[in-house]
Amino acid sequence: MIRVVLPAHLRNLARAESEVRIDVQGQVTQRSVLDALEARYPMLRGTIRDHVTQRRRPFVRFFACEQDLSHELPDTPLPEPVATGAEPFMVVGAMAGG
Amino acid sequence: MSGVRVLVGTRKGAFILTSDGRRERWDISGPHFGGWEIYHLTGSPADPSRLYMSQSGGWFGQLIQRSDDGGATWEPVGNRFQYEGVPGTHQWYDGTPHPWEFARVWHLEPSLTDPDTVYAGVEDAALFRSVDGGQTWRELPGLRDHRSGPSWQPGAGGMCLHTIIQDPRDPGRIVVAISAAGVFRTDDAGKSWRPMNRGLRSEGIPDQDAEVGHCVHHIAMHPSRPEVLFMQKHWDVMRSDDAGESWYEISGDLPSDFGFPIAVHAHEPDTVYVVPIKSDSEHYPPEGKLRVYRSRTGGNEWEPLTKGLPQSHCYVNVLRDAMAVDSLDSCGVYFGTTGGQVYASADAGDSWAPIARDLPAVLSVEVQTLP
Repeated sequence: MIRVVLPAHLRNLARAESEVRIDVQGQVTQRSVLDALEARYPMLRGTIRDHVTQRRRPFVRFFACEQDLSHELPDTPLPEPVATGAEPFMVVGAMAGG
Repeated sequence: MSGVRVLVGTRKGAFILTSDGRRERWDISGPHFGGWEIYHLTGSPADPSRLYMSQSGGWFGQLIQRSDDGGATWEPVGNRFQYEGVPGTHQWYDGTPHPWEFARVWHLEPSLTDPDTVYAGVEDAALFRSVDGGQTWRELPGLRDHRSGPSWQPGAGGMCLHTIIQDPRDPGRIVVAISAAGVFRTDDAGKSWRPMNRGLRSEGIPDQDAEVGHCVHHIAMHPSRPEVLFMQKHWDVMRSDDAGESWYEISGDLPSDFGFPIAVHAHEPDTVYVVPIKSDSEHYPPEGKLRVYRSRTGGNEWEPLTKGLPQSHCYVNVLRDAMAVDSLDSCGVYFGTTGGQVYASADAGDSWAPIARDLPAVLSVEVQTLP
């Protein structure tokens, strides 16, 4: 069970709690977590990653275990505490704008 | 008794204002999707309960929301806008080739006859269509593939397709406008397109007869006379009597012919409304006086409409999609400002009153006349 924390706008869009729990098959990576998240909440498609390129949107960041994982490759394994559910994978909207 | 529903898109959410046919007291609901930019929301002419909304933001991109109950509840529908084929390039501000990139939906235009069919005008400029109530979107690539496409350039607000006009007499004919490429028309339901910019004159364009390159801000049409089009260009108010084949200027005695919106009276095809703005470097009304100008002669002769509008120290703008009319017997006219006011006139513009005062900056105003 993977714990994912969503920012307020996406939580509202998905009509979900701040933290959602999802099952991920196979290796736990950014890609596999986001694939599972979007499978459960299809309305999130295109909001975290570009529909076509699958690249992270510029003002979205991925944090976990007190690390910024935003620039990791999508298939790099996430830290063990995320894979075991001890720590959440955090989708964060950048602090910007007005 | 009949009623009116005013759909307001703002920088920070959508608002829905409702009134009975007297249009004296208004209820406001919202913000819907607070914090998101709502470039446009509008209703289906074929089913007034069916609404579509373009919801976007710098963080999480584009969403499309649909309501089947007049805006009481909303459901996210499809938000995948993928250009057909290899997108290619258009010109960037510095004249270099720039890849076509989807940014947002500026304008949604539901079919006149089918609630499930809706067009989307997007930035970078292209026209998409959904035939399943917004669940899936396909580009009509004939427009972007026009031979002039690689020479299109963005206006200051981006290269947006912001105006979509369906001909009520001819389902195959659609007119669109793109900043800053100009007007295009299809007569075969979107397969092929022709530029419709003959007669437009724009300072700063080296070749005044170039087939594209004009910063068209908005176009309006009266459904009883679809061959007559009224245009607010960057500078100049223009008119075409042949569905865009040629244009002539009708700015006449306006204090400034710069502006963004243009609208036509619901029952008088020669009564036209514009909101003059001082200049393209000062996006506010001349002399700090917010005035709607009305022509009852199809252009050239204009009268200022000021009763109820601020006539001093007013420095708001009215954006291209932020003016609309209702179709009650005494035509109602509505517009929203970048200062967050929505003004309404229940007497065709003779007098005005704010029906909302302190909203976020208004991006769009649409009106539904309800039975």
